[in-house]
Amino acid sequence: MHSEEPEGNQVTPSTGQNLDPHLKRYAARAEGMTASEVRALFAVANRPEVVSLAGGMPNLAALPLDSIAAEVASLIAKEGLVALQYGSAHGLPALREQICDVMSLEGITGHPDDIVVTAGSQMALDLVTRIFIDPGDVVIAEGPSYVGALGTFASYQAQVVHVEMDAAGLVPEALRQALAVAQAQGRRVKFLYTIPNFQNPGGVTLDVIRRAEILEICRQAGVLVVEDNPYGLLGFEGQTYPALRSMDPDNVIYLGSFSKTFASGLRVGWALAPHAVREKLVLAAEAAVLSPPVLSQMIVSRYLSTHDWQGQIKSFQQMYRERRDTLLAGLDQHMPADCTWTKPDGGFFVWMTVPEGIDTKAMQPRAVTARVAYVPGIGFYADGFGSRQMRLSFCFPTLDRIREGVRRLAVVLEQEMELLRTFGPASRRISSGPQTPSPDTA
Amino acid sequence: MSDRTVAVLSGGLSHERDVSLRSGRRLSAALRAVGLTVDEWDTDGSLLMKLSTQKPDAVVIALHGGEGENGSIQTVLEMLGLPFVGTDSHACRRAWDKPTAKADLVRSGLLTPDWVVLPHSTFRELGAQAVLDAMVERLGLPLMLKPDQGGSALGAQVVWDATELPAAMVNCLAYGETVLAEQFISGTEVAVTVVDSDEGPVALPAVEITPESGVYDYTSRYTAGLTNFHTPARLSAKAASEVADLAVAAHRLLGLRDVSRTDAVVAEDGSIYFLEVNVSPGLTETSLLPMATEAAGRSLGQIYADLVDRAIARG
Repeated sequence: MHSEEPEGNQVTPSTGQNLDPHLKRYAARAEGMTASEVRALFAVANRPEVVSLAGGMPNLAALPLDSIAAEVASLIAKEGLVALQYGSAHGLPALREQICDVMSLEGITGHPDDIVVTAGSQMALDLVTRIFIDPGDVVIAEGPSYVGALGTFASYQAQVVHVEMDAAGLVPEALRQALAVAQAQGRRVKFLYTIPNFQNPGGVTLDVIRRAEILEICRQAGVLVVEDNPYGLLGFEGQTYPALRSMDPDNVIYLGSFSKTFASGLRVGWALAPHAVREKLVLAAEAAVLSPPVLSQMIVSRYLSTHDWQGQIKSFQQMYRERRDTLLAGLDQHMPADCTWTKPDGGFFVWMTVPEGIDTKAMQPRAVTARVAYVPGIGFYADGFGSRQMRLSFCFPTLDRIREGVRRLAVVLEQEMELLRTFGPASRRISSGPQTPSPDTA
Repeated sequence: MSDRTVAVLSGGLSHERDVSLRSGRRLSAALRAVGLTVDEWDTDGSLLMKLSTQKPDAVVIALHGGEGENGSIQTVLEMLGLPFVGTDSHACRRAWDKPTAKADLVRSGLLTPDWVVLPHSTFRELGAQAVLDAMVERLGLPLMLKPDQGGSALGAQVVWDATELPAAMVNCLAYGETVLAEQFISGTEVAVTVVDSDEGPVALPAVEITPESGVYDYTSRYTAGLTNFHTPARLSAKAASEVADLAVAAHRLLGLRDVSRTDAVVAEDGSIYFLEVNVSPGLTETSLLPMATEAAGRSLGQIYADLVDRAIARG
């Protein structure tokens, strides 16, 4: 037998090795940035064998790629010296004017100067949080809320207070109560973060009458409203709802995106903000990225001016409606009796509640084994709730894949319920959260 | 410089896909650094075509869990007659199943924590509480629950109190139909890499694992900084020699080939317990094998390049 171990009677001298020499140097906001099993399992979801009902990736198959390619080639050839150069932190003026046209579809009258173009609306959210949030400040958000926003709030050490939703969206009375509690506790509430249309992950839309009430509550409480509206033009019947920004221009920061209506990979979004806020956002953007990508902005601008972008959105609406219908029909047909789910009339997502005792995070390995993926609900709460929920997205898979995914998921749920029956009520678990998926699955 | 061309297999469809992809990237870079030409391939529907058309001189398996460790991929490579680094399919099947490996080693006189293996169906048919009570009676508390197959601590959990058992069982059984429950041995946790050489299997310096949280779970394993390592382990020379002997013995007795990693614990009374063996050890930035190779003064790339030569020589 051969060994390279030392000989002798002494304990082997050894210096402890920590694989991160910077461990003691991290800011408090980096706490919680750790490896997670949930993220690791999503690596499997990317394989074609797995039906992923997890990812929120828009389905770009319907885009006219050939004509977009021609436009991009022409753009580089004719305007390459501008397109490949730095730009302004504010964004290209021509694109800002076009963004006003886009927003007018939801009743917004905005001035191009009050728009800040960003690298996706995620960056706009980051900038808004950066200029408003001190550690410990409260952000109010729907419960559940967009996982990418929760990540941003956590990175600025905000305290997130979730407010309940029902089928008509955020519940005004619950918002009142949350504000009152925060006030009684002496906590500083900076803004309400809301996705009013086809919410991610809830799939519900804020009732139009409630919109005015929500705005009034926030105004009275001195709380800003951050309206995140990436899905607003994806109503399945072509319907749109009046943006909160259109109803209260002075107290709403509006976040928009081309990720769902054109191309997520270009990373072009924007914020429309009251003048003074916009000034700070531009400076914050300059500090963060100097300028949003000029080439991407020019591609979007060219697309808007040369393509029937509204017609394209209509085809997206139809495509996503078919997928939504297929998912809901599958759920009706296959899910166990105690499951409930939302019925979105736009957007990408269905929010499903599973029978009591099932922990969707703990069940995830079983689902991956069965070749189906979803996002466990706890990722959409900052406070550990959501263990009985999951988000199902219908935007990307084909209709057949959606049907198959639901069939597989039903088997997984049956198996999990069988386990719970075996081990009884004591086996009911509540996962600690949040352990979020990566943003590309959000 | 070598003119060898190798295919590194990583990814796959197991729960450990993410770790495997990281292992594959790290290993590929290490092999390129010592002059080999490397292709990195996932195990998907195109693999056989690539293997048969591109005909690498050897295949290196950096797959973790499932097909990559249970002998399946090894069987395919054996059918194709392609040299590969690692344990043959038969021994993989034996080592992959933790209870089988434990039983084999106990029969050969090695020490391992007492254990029981039970499928979900037994709990369902006999009544979970009665079986759990018997389990606690036999093994005591705390006890360790883990899936009978698989790695990266996925589904593994120390159970300190009997009231935690039902929930821990459900967590564990999410990874497979059968659970391995074993006595929890408190002590110094070590991992010993064994590498075959012309002189026989050689144990590299043991790596001692001290997670900040007290539990070497998935997060502690793959978040740099959350675990402290001592290489070589802070053991007496006698204990260091014994853990090396244990790892080499496990490697030999289970018929392992080229490289393996044995996880063991040195109990407070000095007894050394075999926990489990890995035929495809992790090679990520936070994995134990690369630490052991570094402590041995050898590069990861050179060790695996030598193993590639051995695989080719075997034919």
